Amino acid sequence: MSLWVDKYRPKELDKLDYHKEQASHMKKLVESGDFPHLLIYGPSGAGKKTRIMALLRELYGPGVEKLRIEHENFVTPSKKKLEIVTIASNYHIEVNPSDVGFYDRVVIQELIKNIASSQQLDTGSQREFKVIILSEVDKLTKDAQHALRRTMEKYVASCRLILCANSSSKVIPAIRSRCFGIRVPAPKVEEIAHILQIICKKESLSLPPEMAQRIAEKSGRNLRRAILMCEACRVQQYPFSSQQKISSPDWEVYLQDTARRIVDEQSPNRLLEVRGRIYELLTHCIPPDVIFKGLLKELVRNCDGELKCEITCLAAFHEYRLGQGSKAIYHIEAFIAAFMAVYKKFLEESMSAMF
Amino acid sequence: MMHAFLKTGKLGPDAAQPGTSKDKPVKRKALMPWVEKYRPKTVDEVAYQDEVVAVLKSTLKGADLPNLLFYGPPGTGKTSTILAAARQLFGDLYRQRVLELNASDERGIQVVREKVKSFAQTTVSNTRPDGKQCPPYKIIILDEADSMTHDAQAALRRTMEKQSKTTRFCLICNYVSRIIEPLTSRCSKFRFKPLAQDIMMKRLSYICEEENVNYEDGVVEAFIEISEGDLRRAITTVQSTARLRTEGEKITKQDVYEIAGVVPETWLNKLFEVCTTDSYEKLSDYLNDMMAEGFAGSQIMLQMHDLIIGCDDLRDSQKSVVLDKLAVCDHRLLNGGDEYLQVLDLCCVLMKQLCHPK
Repeated sequence: MSLWVDKYRPKELDKLDYHKEQASHMKKLVESGDFPHLLIYGPSGAGKKTRIMALLRELYGPGVEKLRIEHENFVTPSKKKLEIVTIASNYHIEVNPSDVGFYDRVVIQELIKNIASSQQLDTGSQREFKVIILSEVDKLTKDAQHALRRTMEKYVASCRLILCANSSSKVIPAIRSRCFGIRVPAPKVEEIAHILQIICKKESLSLPPEMAQRIAEKSGRNLRRAILMCEACRVQQYPFSSQQKISSPDWEVYLQDTARRIVDEQSPNRLLEVRGRIYELLTHCIPPDVIFKGLLKELVRNCDGELKCEITCLAAFHEYRLGQGSKAIYHIEAFIAAFMAVYKKFLEESMSAMF
Repeated sequence: MMHAFLKTGKLGPDAAQPGTSKDKPVKRKALMPWVEKYRPKTVDEVAYQDEVVAVLKSTLKGADLPNLLFYGPPGTGKTSTILAAARQLFGDLYRQRVLELNASDERGIQVVREKVKSFAQTTVSNTRPDGKQCPPYKIIILDEADSMTHDAQAALRRTMEKQSKTTRFCLICNYVSRIIEPLTSRCSKFRFKPLAQDIMMKRLSYICEEENVNYEDGVVEAFIEISEGDLRRAITTVQSTARLRTEGEKITKQDVYEIAGVVPETWLNKLFEVCTTDSYEKLSDYLNDMMAEGFAGSQIMLQMHDLIIGCDDLRDSQKSVVLDKLAVCDHRLLNGGDEYLQVLDLCCVLMKQLCHPK
C-alpha cells in the first residue's frame, strides 16, 4: 500500500488540481513537439516534480513511468571513485548531482556530457531528444553550474535539460538566461483544503471542513506535508472530530522546547545543555537552515520590536556563515550565544530602568 | 502512400527515403533555439563592438592576429564573435584548426600541460586543401576562462609565448580580474560593452518579424528592460513567450514579466506598506507568503533597490543605510545565504528607517 502522497499524485497535465493556466501553457509548450531547457522553481511541496513527470508523460506517453534505478560509476581526475544513483526511463534520466557533494562538477562534466552528446538512435519512431532532469540545482557548486553552461548550448539538438530548484536566486544568471523559467507557487490554503477533501472522498472518509482548513494552515502551504499530516491524523483517530489535535513532527516540538530553554536562562551552562540538544537535532538530519529559521521564529516571540530586528540581523549573519563554513554546530551555537548576550543585556537594562 | 503510412504507422521501403529527407530539415529548424539560429555568422554581423570587429576584420584581410582576451557581461557576443571569426578564417578546416575548451571540459593543470600544449605544438600550413590561402596558425579558445584555476592559468603562460608562431589563444571571461596578471599582459584586451537599447531593439524587432511573432506596443521595450543589456537573455525570453501564445495571439507585457520572473508591482508595494506598519509579525508572515509564491530573493532585492531609490519618505542618509544593508544581504544571498532570512533582515532595517527615523 502506498502513501496517499504517491497514490493521488496527478499523472497528467490536465489532471493537476491548481495552477491550471500554467498547465495549459505547458501543454502548449509541448504540443509543438519541442521545448526549450526548463528551469522549474518554487518552494518545496508546491508540485514541481509532479509537473515535470506530467510534462514528460505528455511528451512521451505512459512509458516514462517505467522507472529503473541505476548506479553509475565514474572516476574523478584525482582518481577517486564515486558512485551516483540515477533514476531513468527509456526516455529520460534523473540525476541529483549534489549527492556527491563537492564532486558535482565531475558529474556534470562526465555523466551529463556523455548522455547529452550521444544521439538518439532511431529518430523516426521517437522524439529527437531525450530529457535530463537535474534536481536541486540551487545546491550545485558554482563550478558545476559553470560547467553546465556550454553543454546546454552545444547539445541542444539531442537533449533537453529540466532543472529543478527551490529558488532561482542561487542559480547563476548565465544558466537562468539559457532556460525558460517556470515558477511554481505553493498552493493556497484553500486549495490545499480542497485537495484534502478530494483525497478523503476517494478514500471514502469524511473530513470535517474545519479540520481540513486547520491542517492546511498548519502545513505552511506545503501540499506534501499537508497530505502526510492528514494521513497521520487518520491513523491516530478515525472518524475525525473537528477538535482533533493535529500533531506536529517531533523535531518541531523539540526545537520549540529548545528555544524556550534559551529564553529561560542565559548562562554558559545552559548553552552547553542547548548544544547537546542541537547536536541531537543535527544527528537526526534536520537541515541547519531549518533549525535557524525555527529558532528565530520562536525566539523573537519573546522580544520587543527593536530587539526583533537585531536578532533577525544576527540570524541572517550567522546563517550566511553557516553556508561558508563546514561545521553547522559552530554557527548555530554562535547565534545562540549572541542571542543570549543581547537578550540578557536587554533584560538587565529594562530591570535597571524599572528601579 | 501517405494514407497507408498513417494507417500502419510504418514506412514502406520506397516511402522511407523521400519522407524522411523531406521532413528532416523542417524538423531540425524547429528544434533550433533562436539564440543559435541568429548567432552572427560573420564578423560583420556582430553588433556594437566596434574595436574588436575592426581588429578581426584586418586579420581576415591577412594581418596577424594577437592573442585575445575578451571580457564583458553575459550575452554581449564574446563567444559569437570569436566563433564567427574562426569560421571565416578557416572555413572547412575549422575542426582541425580550432580547439574549443570551456568549463564543461576538464581544464585542470594536467589538461593544460598535455592537451593544450600538444595541440599548440603542431604546425600547420598556410593553404587550405582547396588551394586557398589561410592563416598559418591555430586558435585555442578558452571559454569561461575565469573558472580556470590559477595554477592552470599559470601553466599557460610559457606555452602562450613559446607557441606564438603556430598558435593564437583567445580567452573569454566575464571578469577580467579573475585572470592572472601575467596572462592579461600577454593578450590584447577587448571589453565587450552591454548592448545599447537601440541595437537590441533593432535585433529583437528583426527576429520577431522573421519568426512572425505578434506583440503589443511596448513589449520590445519590456524585453529590453528585463534583460539588462544581455541579448541572449532577451532572445530566449522572446522565444519562450512566443511559445506561450499560439499564432495570431499577441504577446502582452504581463507575459514578459511572468516569464522573466519579475515580481509583480502589487506584491512589492504591499511589502513596502507592511514595512511602514512597524509590526515584525506582519512582516514575517507576509514574507513567508511571498516566499511560498516562489519569487526569487535576488529578484525581490533588485526591485526593492529601485523602489528605495525612488522613495520619497526616506532622507538620503536613511537611504544609504538601507542600501548598505541591501548590498550586504545580496552578497550573502549570492553566496548561499537563506532567502527568507536575508530578505527579512533587509526589511527589518527598512522598517526601522521608515518608522523610527532618528
